[in-house]
Formats: sequence, structure tokens, C-alpha cells
Amino acid sequence: MIEIRWHGRGGQGAVTSVETLALAAIGEGQYAQGFPSFGPERRGAPVAAFNRIDDKKIRVRSGIYNPDVVIVLDSSLMALVNVAEGLKPEGVLIVNTAKSPEEVKKETGFKGTVATVDASKIAREEMGVPITNTTMIGAVVKATGLVKIESVKEPLKKRFGRIAQKNINAMERAYRELKIAK
Amino acid sequence: MEKEKKWPEKWQELTPGCMVFRPGSTREYHTGTWRAQRPIYDTGRCIKCGVCYIFCPEGCISQDADGYFMADLDYCKGCGICAHECWPGAIKMVEEG
Amino acid sequence: MSERIGMEIALAAAEAVALCKPDVVAAYPITPNTHIPEHLSDIVAEGRLDADFICVESEHSALSACCGASGAGARTFTATSSQGLLYMAEIVPIVSAMRLPVVMAIGNRALSGPINIWNDHSDIMSQRDTGWISLFAADGQESVDMMIQAFRIAEHRDVMLPVNINLDGFQLTHVVEPMMMPDQKEVDRFLPAYKPYAALHPDNIVSMGALAMPDIFNEAMQAKDHVLINSKEVILDVWKEWEEQFGRKYEPIGAYRMDGAEIALLTMGSMGDTAEVAIDELREKGVKAGLLKLKLWRPFPTEELLKAVKGLKTLVVIDRAVSFGGPGAPVCSEIKAALYDQKERPLITNYIIGLGGRDVVVTDFVKMVQQAIGPQKKKPAKAYEIYGVRGS
Repeated sequence: MIEIRWHGRGGQGAVTSVETLALAAIGEGQYAQGFPSFGPERRGAPVAAFNRIDDKKIRVRSGIYNPDVVIVLDSSLMALVNVAEGLKPEGVLIVNTAKSPEEVKKETGFKGTVATVDASKIAREEMGVPITNTTMIGAVVKATGLVKIESVKEPLKKRFGRIAQKNINAMERAYRELKIAK
Repeated sequence: MEKEKKWPEKWQELTPGCMVFRPGSTREYHTGTWRAQRPIYDTGRCIKCGVCYIFCPEGCISQDADGYFMADLDYCKGCGICAHECWPGAIKMVEEG
Repeated sequence: MSERIGMEIALAAAEAVALCKPDVVAAYPITPNTHIPEHLSDIVAEGRLDADFICVESEHSALSACCGASGAGARTFTATSSQGLLYMAEIVPIVSAMRLPVVMAIGNRALSGPINIWNDHSDIMSQRDTGWISLFAADGQESVDMMIQAFRIAEHRDVMLPVNINLDGFQLTHVVEPMMMPDQKEVDRFLPAYKPYAALHPDNIVSMGALAMPDIFNEAMQAKDHVLINSKEVILDVWKEWEEQFGRKYEPIGAYRMDGAEIALLTMGSMGDTAEVAIDELREKGVKAGLLKLKLWRPFPTEELLKAVKGLKTLVVIDRAVSFGGPGAPVCSEIKAALYDQKERPLITNYIIGLGGRDVVVTDFVKMVQQAIGPQKKKPAKAYEIYGVRGS
């Protein structure tokens, strides 16, 4: 079972990210959970959202404390939150930043795999808005291989209708442009 | 003749949810026995305005053949509201018995 | 044919309700059940469900509207949580006394105060003795299935009682997961159109909710108790039919690895899944542990409980509510009362956990079992203990 924690700010769409990733995995016949950090919505405040993905029925319903994967939608959060907290040493840290993975390794002190992509730039160029929640799914798919990129398209189409293609383009660019350092 | 039952003897005899299927069964409850005072009418003063009919909480007042408003003593509880409201002073409450 | 879908459980529950074609939905939003009526209002607006969605001004009005609509012969649904359920409280026992098959989803949430919007079971426990059938879902699939089962059970001529389905707030309501969603044909086959026993109509006069004097009140209460107790037979039949049609088994008390178990955990609601993992860990360590999952809270399944605990040395009852000043937490008190007359009965430990959304992890369940059978025989000072309280 793979456990994932997403960091974002209220309103940046971390919940949509976990929902989309869960639906992509479920669409493939896998088992998945997607859930927000339970509580009231607070625009702008640091929030987390979570995924579990497995090929068996998932029974654990508690919070996630030792994730295999951490995703940071907004790199300004790294000054406020220890995003690597509890992350397994062999885990993966994926950050939306223009910096290189090596720089992020140095900043966070995390010694496992780090991957970076400038998702804000991609989102601005592809969609005209700096909302990176769907863009970053491309990075997650590339770094983890948990689902196929094709599987993400269906839930995105369902969710975004007319503007889905822009989200898909941004996601595919993030998939291509992700830099990974083991 | 066997006295009619006021309520079911056994719990099994109750209708589901104690629903009442016979309309108008409240009519069988003669609340006139509660009365300690009764209204008497001075038809000379009565102007047939019907204010007593409007205010009667029991809904037991109706017009007789001559158009006067009278309480049905089978149901009148003797509350005296009709006498209180009757501004021409046509209704007086008197002790029962 | 049923379809495997991924969806937030609250939305899936709403989809399941829509498949039951309710005539009237009346609800007032309160976290964390809100997504259920909100999604139903979407479904009505989209024209997928021909129902009157009544936007009322309070929960008291929500259940009052359901009471009246059900009295007039409509299939009726509502949903609420926490303080919303308390605001309904005046009407809750009236609906059951009038034998109206209203179905209500409860996204379980703590009662204030301090104000808390997260999950525990104190809301439904406050309405325990109101004469409703009470089911607890353990996951998304059960949440979907129980919505459909609930209408069938509630409307059965031998039942005619309201049913509440309890979904742990957030822990279930806000989680996206896979579920099998039946299609309209399957639900139509399982759930026939509602034919009310009696309905308020000028052509066929009936009075509901009349006065009952002391001369008849004992009998009325006996009848209300009797019908709720007897509803268990119908519930079992409906569950058997459900299993035949959909292949998913439902029992008043589900069992996990109870073969040869000497100690068992007993949970209600979404904790059951997490506790299963703890049982696996304990079994690997050589502890003969099993798990009982209570799904039917009212009518209380006494016979099934006696069978389930047979041979157990220790039973650890997990509650998610406090009965302040009481002899134990609600579930445990019931279990102790049910076992009192038995010659052989397990030792019982009672832990209250997960209050107001406090997280409970697998190792917590492992620890609770280990404490209950540990050599130190550390007896809690009281008959129950709020697990993990700082300072004790």
C-alpha cells in the first residue's frame, strides 16, 4: 500500500488532486482512498490531503503519518511546514518549484528521492492561471508510476468538461519536464 | 347490552401507530359533563351577531331555526367565553344543578 | 448491472437514495452530512430524480416536513448531523410512534461543546431510545447498500418504522473510495414502489398522532417496543435477499477471524476496518484475537451477541461516545446488560476512543487488546476509560 500526503493552501485544489488520483487508480481496477485533512475550509491556510493506493481492499481509515510520497503544490509552504515530516527515508518528495531537485534536497535535508517541476509556470502557460493541482498529477505519475497517465484523463474530463484539455496538456507537460534526483 | 369499549383492552388491539380510522369519533366524547356552569340566553337582547359562535373554543355553538345562536349542551364545557364576548349581554352563566 | 465507481461516500450515498426514487427530500445543511442532501438537490435539479426537494429553515422543520409528507404517503428522506439531530429531537420519537417509514442518513459528529465538527457517536446515542431502527455503516459500500436496504426495511408492512443509517462523519462521508453502485433496474427489482398502509387524504380520513391517555399509554409503548424488536426478523430477511441479489452479506454482528478467538474487539462504524488490520497483527504475534462489528444497533441483536461471544475469555468493547456519569459507555452498557443473565460470559473492558475526530491508528487497537490481557492486569479505576487522554 502506498500512502501519499499533498501539501497545499486552502483553495489551491489539493482535494481535487487527491480525488482525481484516487479516481484514476480506481478506474484501473485498483483500490484507493482520497480524503482531505478533515475540517472546515480555510482559504490560504496550509492544508493537507491524502491518498492511499493498493491492489487490495484498503482497510486502514486512520490519518497518514509516514507517507511514501509527499507532494508540495506551493513551495512557499516549505518555509512554514516541515513537508518531509514522517516521509519514509526511501520515499519520494515532489515539489512545484523552479529549483533543481538537488537544491530542494539541501534545503529540506531529505535524503531520499526528490523530484521538481515548475508547475506554476506550466499552469500559467497552458491554462492562464497558476493553479497547479492538476498539473502536479503529471509529476506524481512520472515519479511514482502509481497509475498510467491515460487513466487520469477520464476523471479530468468528467470534472472539468470543456476546459479539461487544458488541464490534460498541463499535466502531460509536467510529466515530461519533471526532474528526478535519487 | 354490552357497554361499548372506550379504548382497546389489550395492546395487540391497537392500530399501527394508534391511527384513528373512524372520522368524527371525537363527537362521541360528550364533554358537556365537564360543565359546572351553563349559558342561558336572553333572546330579547340577542342580535344574532354570532360573536359567541366565533369565540367558542369547543365549536359547539350553532344557529337554531329562528337564527339564534345556542350551545349544544352535550359538548359545552361551560367555560363562559361566549358570555364574556357577548357585548349585547344576551348570555349569562348560571350554576349547574 | 452494478458498476464499480469511485466517488466520495456522501455523494455515493445520495446517488443510492436517488435510485430509491424518494418523493420528498427535506433537509437543512450541517457538517459533515451536508454533501448528501446537497448532491440530492443537484440530482433533482438535473432532472434525474422527480422529487420535491424542500429547502427548510431548520432541522426541526426538516423532520416535520418529512413527518407530514410520509403521513401523506410519500417516500421520504432526510439527513443530518450532531446538533442538527438534536434540533430534530422533538419530532424524532413522533415519527416512529406514528409508524412512518422515513429514512434518515446521519453523518455522525460530536455534540458541542466545546464546538467540534468532527466524528464520534454522541449524536445518535442521544436519540437511542426513540424507537427508530438504527444501522451503522463500516465503509462506503455499506453506506450505499444500507440506504437502499433502509427503505425496504422501513416500508415493510410488519415494520413501518423510520430507519437511520449512521455514517461516521468525515471518516466516511468525505472519503473517495471504490464502491459497487447498483443500477436503476436492480434497485427497482429489490425495492418495489411504496404502498403506504394509510395516508392522509380527504377521501379516506385517518387521524395520526392523536392523544393517548394514561389508560392506553402503556399499551401504546408496548406496541411500539414490540414492533421494533420484531423488525429484526424483517431486517434479516431483507439482508438475506440483498445477499442473494447483490452477493454482499450483511449480519447484525459481523465477525472477523473469530475462529478459536479468546479475546475479541467489538466496534461499531468505520473503526471496524482499521481494527481488522490490528487483529491481523495480533494473530501474527500469536494472540488469539478476533473482531466483532456491530452493524445493527436498534433493535439490539441480543441473540446474535450471545452467540458471538461464546467461548471468549475477554471482550474489549470500543465506544465512540461518553455516557456522562453513567456506569459505562453506551455500547458497553448494553452489552453488559445483555450478558448479565448468562452463566458464562467474558471479562469486559470498555475503551472510549476517537472522540470529536481524535485519530485512532492500528497500534491503538493492538495496545488496547494487549492491555486487556496483559499480565499486569491493569484494571482501569473506572469501568471504562477514555483511551489516550493526556494527563491520566
